Amino acid sequence: MERDIAMTTQPATRRAAQSHIEAVRLESPFHPRFAALSQQNDWYSWAGYKAPHSLWDEEMEYFAIRSQTAVFDISPMVKYRIEGPGAEAFCNRLTLRNVAKLKPGKVQYTAWCDDEGHVLDDGTLFRLSASRFRLCCQERHLPWLLDSAIGFDVTVREETEEVAGLAVQGPTSCAVLKDAGLAGVETMKPFDIRVFPFGAGEVTVSRTGFTGDLGYELFIDAASALPLWDHLFAAGKLRGIRAIGYTALNRARIETGFIVANADFVTAEHAVRADRVRMPDEIGLDWMVDLDKPYFNGRRAIERARREGTLKHVLVGLEIEGNVPAEHAIVYHRKTKEAGLVTAAIWSPTGKRNIAIASLERPYGTRIVDDLWVEIYALRELRYQKLMKRAKIVERPFVKLARRTLTPPGDF
Amino acid sequence: MTSSESFDVIVIGGGHNGLVAATVLAKGGRKVLVLEAAEEVGGPARTQEFFPGYRASTAHVLNRLHPDVVKALGLSRHGLTFARADLASTALISPGRDPILLTGGWGEKIDGDVSETEKQAWLAMRAQLVRYAAILKPFLARLPPGLEGMSLSETLGFGGAALALKRLGTEDMRDFLRMMLMNVHDVAEEHLSGNLLKGFVAFEATLGSHLGPRSPTSLLGLYYRLTGEMAGVSGGQVVPKGGMGAVVAAMRKAAEAAGASTRTGAEVSRILVEKGSAAGVRLADGSEVRAPAVVSAINPRTTFIDLVGSSELDTGVVRKARAIRMKGNVAKLHLALSAVPAFRAPREALAGRLVIASSSEAVERAFNPAKYGEFSPEPVMEIVLPSLSDPSLAPAGACVLSANVQFAPYNLKGGWETGKPAFLAAIMAVLERHAPGIGRLVRHAELLTPADIEARYRMPGGHWHHGELQVDQMLVNRPFFGAERYATPIDGLWLVSAGSHPGGGISGVSGLNAARAVMKGRG
Repeated sequence: MERDIAMTTQPATRRAAQSHIEAVRLESPFHPRFAALSQQNDWYSWAGYKAPHSLWDEEMEYFAIRSQTAVFDISPMVKYRIEGPGAEAFCNRLTLRNVAKLKPGKVQYTAWCDDEGHVLDDGTLFRLSASRFRLCCQERHLPWLLDSAIGFDVTVREETEEVAGLAVQGPTSCAVLKDAGLAGVETMKPFDIRVFPFGAGEVTVSRTGFTGDLGYELFIDAASALPLWDHLFAAGKLRGIRAIGYTALNRARIETGFIVANADFVTAEHAVRADRVRMPDEIGLDWMVDLDKPYFNGRRAIERARREGTLKHVLVGLEIEGNVPAEHAIVYHRKTKEAGLVTAAIWSPTGKRNIAIASLERPYGTRIVDDLWVEIYALRELRYQKLMKRAKIVERPFVKLARRTLTPPGDF
Repeated sequence: MTSSESFDVIVIGGGHNGLVAATVLAKGGRKVLVLEAAEEVGGPARTQEFFPGYRASTAHVLNRLHPDVVKALGLSRHGLTFARADLASTALISPGRDPILLTGGWGEKIDGDVSETEKQAWLAMRAQLVRYAAILKPFLARLPPGLEGMSLSETLGFGGAALALKRLGTEDMRDFLRMMLMNVHDVAEEHLSGNLLKGFVAFEATLGSHLGPRSPTSLLGLYYRLTGEMAGVSGGQVVPKGGMGAVVAAMRKAAEAAGASTRTGAEVSRILVEKGSAAGVRLADGSEVRAPAVVSAINPRTTFIDLVGSSELDTGVVRKARAIRMKGNVAKLHLALSAVPAFRAPREALAGRLVIASSSEAVERAFNPAKYGEFSPEPVMEIVLPSLSDPSLAPAGACVLSANVQFAPYNLKGGWETGKPAFLAAIMAVLERHAPGIGRLVRHAELLTPADIEARYRMPGGHWHHGELQVDQMLVNRPFFGAERYATPIDGLWLVSAGSHPGGGISGVSGLNAARAVMKGRG
């Protein structure tokens, strides 16, 4: 135990455990297939990986999510392996939700905070067995996780590069996986994890996703990534399987009302300005905070903020009149007083309405919810047209699909 | 098994700060239980037999027992009184010449082998340092400033310190600010010409810390020393009758007279935390004692990391508690001598404190190896012969020598097992030069390295102060920000030790401050 801590507190050892720092731009294990399909050559950096914005046509890619099967590469998602007799206690102290209630073979969407109760990231916690977890998230946290492991009988290791991941999402996704030989996949309920044989090895499947649609996430050894891809695409040919990039996925996630770290809120370790950090209650994650569980990081600060009423912000869903997306528009009360900022906005193709996620400064969004407006700068052929549009606070998700949770899913 | 007896407050650790806190709380009407892991209270201040017929305590000079503590505990009623006549002298000794004798409060008077000009230079420097230390003194008695707001009386208190600074006058104020973070070597150079006095000042400032006289901020150690007082005299020191053990015995009596219970041989293995609040303690034997308040008068890192544990703490708190710098650098020597050694000093000076530090450079050179994990081949030291003040500490005609020896790094390269005999030989060589024939008088030598001090007194790193007393670990950063006003992130758990503000030495201030904070219910 003491030896493990000594090992992990050595700066050189920590550096070696974060080899992604060495690479200029990593390529995902699936990259050869994406590169072959790409007609746009439009790449961005996701956690140091080369990832596609769009491959062929972002509109068509979006509709692949909603009407066929869309395949999105989640290999760049940061993944940590958490293992040991103290893994549950470690995860429970780290995260907001009660990990004791997370059974082996289930996934929990969760978040974690620093001492001040400011959110460091949100992500998914996979309980692979009683004593083994996988934490998937947007940002890198190894130093924080290792320091949080002090005093727990647990080892934490980054496994981003070793584990390749594919999100397989859309109404025909279950059928595609069945056709690919994943027997019984249709009996999986949302947030279930199951392991299927694949080739000489295995593929771990969870019924999770970022689209609000029927969908699965597949995890496999990086070495078996390409055979899995080829197998899926062969099996899914008749079900309309398509590779997609982030722009399409982003639309689907906004319709579902999911937030993205460092897009809809600034993570505590990235925030430069003191007032940019956010507590769970300020980004719509208050439901995660479980005060019936044992102590977790940031709990005292969160309880104090609630008690003293010092929470400053609130995250809301907005429906905005018209059809011009209000991305990064300022939100006003009575068209004059600044009340907040839109962090994500689209015209929802499935909901057929103009939607947005916004961060408002309390009491706007809590006590004052009427008479809200957004100011949209619409750039029309080299001239801005300023639009003042009425905004209404609405429930998230903006689009709710029955097939997301239906078990067994329809066999499209 | 849960004890049927119930208490309002459990104090972990029966060191002097624990006893002070327990007494104040008991006098305030709380039902208090003190749990001490050892068989005796007092920690390093307790007097122990180290060789048949010979007794000594690791802390051997009293130079900052706070008057408020003496008053609050009513120590005079328990046999502890100090008058000006009790103040011990300091003799700066060197081979082949008579010593320089400093008497009164830190050399108020200077005699011996020293020129008239040098005497005047000393008195001027001393007066300046004592004057400046007086400005800092209030900071060390009160709670450290609260960065998230303070009461009006506290704010006024700090205003008073600003006023005192202003009253110094422009020139003196400028000099105070100029010197604040200086190193002691440069300050001594500005005033003094004789090596022995410079060596003394350098030794005094760096004693108990991981600093050499030329290390930046080393003057602060001297200011800290001079904020202490005995018998109402700043910088005064006393070699207590009955040894330091008599001091803790008086404190224990005061605690018990106030109604506090003391249990020795009771090692706490866990602080019980329920729903974020302290609920009591579990002992090593598995039994539990419950109380709504737990006052930890032991090392702050041990308190958080070992007794509370990570699962009840934020990661940042664990980081901070583990990052407290506390690697001791002083070894403690106890010699059982068959007769009084032949130090070249008058008999009355022998009953005081002897310092061996031939120059500031000698202290610096002694420190140099410590930076690289090696002990000083030519160590510097302060020596007390406590049996001259209290003959009961040694057999008739025999003598106890008690010395603090620097520098002895906690993490000695190659380990203390092999290093200890070599270090003892180096110390004895220095002693032999200053007291010829001392080697033949030695019936037994006990050398406590920081590793031994750690094991014997449960003081991590063997550090006297439960945390380096340097500028980055003072005031609001002692033991670390977030636990600086005795309250901790755990409701009902309080910190009391030298590891908290203001710091080490037998002063009792942190015990007093913390007890008052507990009674107010806030830090």
